[in-house]
Amino acid sequence: MNGNRKKYASRNLWSGVLFGIGLMAFVDEVVFHQLLQWHHFYDLSTTTVGVFSDGLLNAFAWFAAIGSLFIFADLRRRHALWMMKWGSGVLMGAGGFQLFDGLINHKLLRVHQIRYGVDLLPYDLAWNIGAAVFLIAGFMLWRRTAKRGGQSDA
Amino acid sequence: MHDHYHQHEAMMSGMAVFEAFILVLAATVAILYVCAAVRSGRRSKPWPPYRIVFWLLGAACAAAVFAGPLAERAHSDFTAHMLGHLLLGMLAPLLLALAAPMRLLLRTLNVRHARKLSHLLKSRVARFYSHPLTASTLNIGGLAVLYTTPLFTWMHEYFWLYVLVHVHVFAAGYLFTISLIYIDPVAHRVPFKKRAIVLILALGGHKVLSKWIYAHPPAGVARAEAESGAMLMYYGGDVIDAALIALLCWQWYRAARPGRAELAALPKG
Repeated sequence: MNGNRKKYASRNLWSGVLFGIGLMAFVDEVVFHQLLQWHHFYDLSTTTVGVFSDGLLNAFAWFAAIGSLFIFADLRRRHALWMMKWGSGVLMGAGGFQLFDGLINHKLLRVHQIRYGVDLLPYDLAWNIGAAVFLIAGFMLWRRTAKRGGQSDA
Repeated sequence: MHDHYHQHEAMMSGMAVFEAFILVLAATVAILYVCAAVRSGRRSKPWPPYRIVFWLLGAACAAAVFAGPLAERAHSDFTAHMLGHLLLGMLAPLLLALAAPMRLLLRTLNVRHARKLSHLLKSRVARFYSHPLTASTLNIGGLAVLYTTPLFTWMHEYFWLYVLVHVHVFAAGYLFTISLIYIDPVAHRVPFKKRAIVLILALGGHKVLSKWIYAHPPAGVARAEAESGAMLMYYGGDVIDAALIALLCWQWYRAARPGRAELAALPKG
């Protein structure tokens, strides 16, 4: 069924990475901004650079979430879908986005904090360690697909 | 004080005339489109009914900004003003673009006029204005000028500025939409990747601008109102932008379709 996947290995990976970025941005918006209401739309302590970087990053993530699914569909019609490669990309994209959000946006540019009125340290640690776990898991999965060269997995 | 009163009166009477003018205009373009669709449908292939629906909805969205309860509230209520901005600058242009008016016009006109029109569409001026970079700069740049300068206040004081700003918002929004999504015939195609990058930048600019409004309410707008208006601009923009992104990607998906030969050569393994 997926005889073409080696030829399109990198497209599988990048589609996954883009989807991971978009997915995490979406989770961030739905869970942390809307449901928990921990994050603020704008806490007014943000630097100008922070507002610009956040705006661009979110615009990119929005595009990535939608665009990556069209690439996914394209891989399917080319009989080139490689689920494990794609999944490793999703994990790396999601972890990478969350780490960037946690370190650059929250800490360096101070776009907003994870939560207000609490001791931030445990939140920041959980956030960034969680991100690193995603990133490492994705990387390990990617290594496996690189070693196997796609012989047996689905 | 006295002058101010007269100014206000002039604004209101101008507005009433303008409201009537917009309603007549919207009804006229709606009727013309339907007539053209029926006529060209009789002569050649039928014109798709969904395009007619898009056109009527688009005209209605644009007209609602100028006439009716929304228009009334938009003068005093910033959130209503922002809803008007979303309708006039984003949703109406998208709906009207999806109706492919230029394609219909080219089909309906006689050969001589159609040729003249397509010549015009290929001109350098048309090329300049329909480039995604020009269109986005006019669109987002125009909004930036409106909300970061006293223009917003003046717009509510001078009738001609009110008209000018609204015409600009609509025209720039339409230009922006058709520079990115190719529904009508396009003389100068810009590659997909470039259009994607410009769309992301414009989307980012829209988000930055809505946060700027959140933090710096335009003159005469209370903080709470600016905040809810800014959030409507941000999230409402996201919804319409998602449609733009999906349409752009869908057009890539169709264009990148593997040919029959290519598919046959694929190992089915």
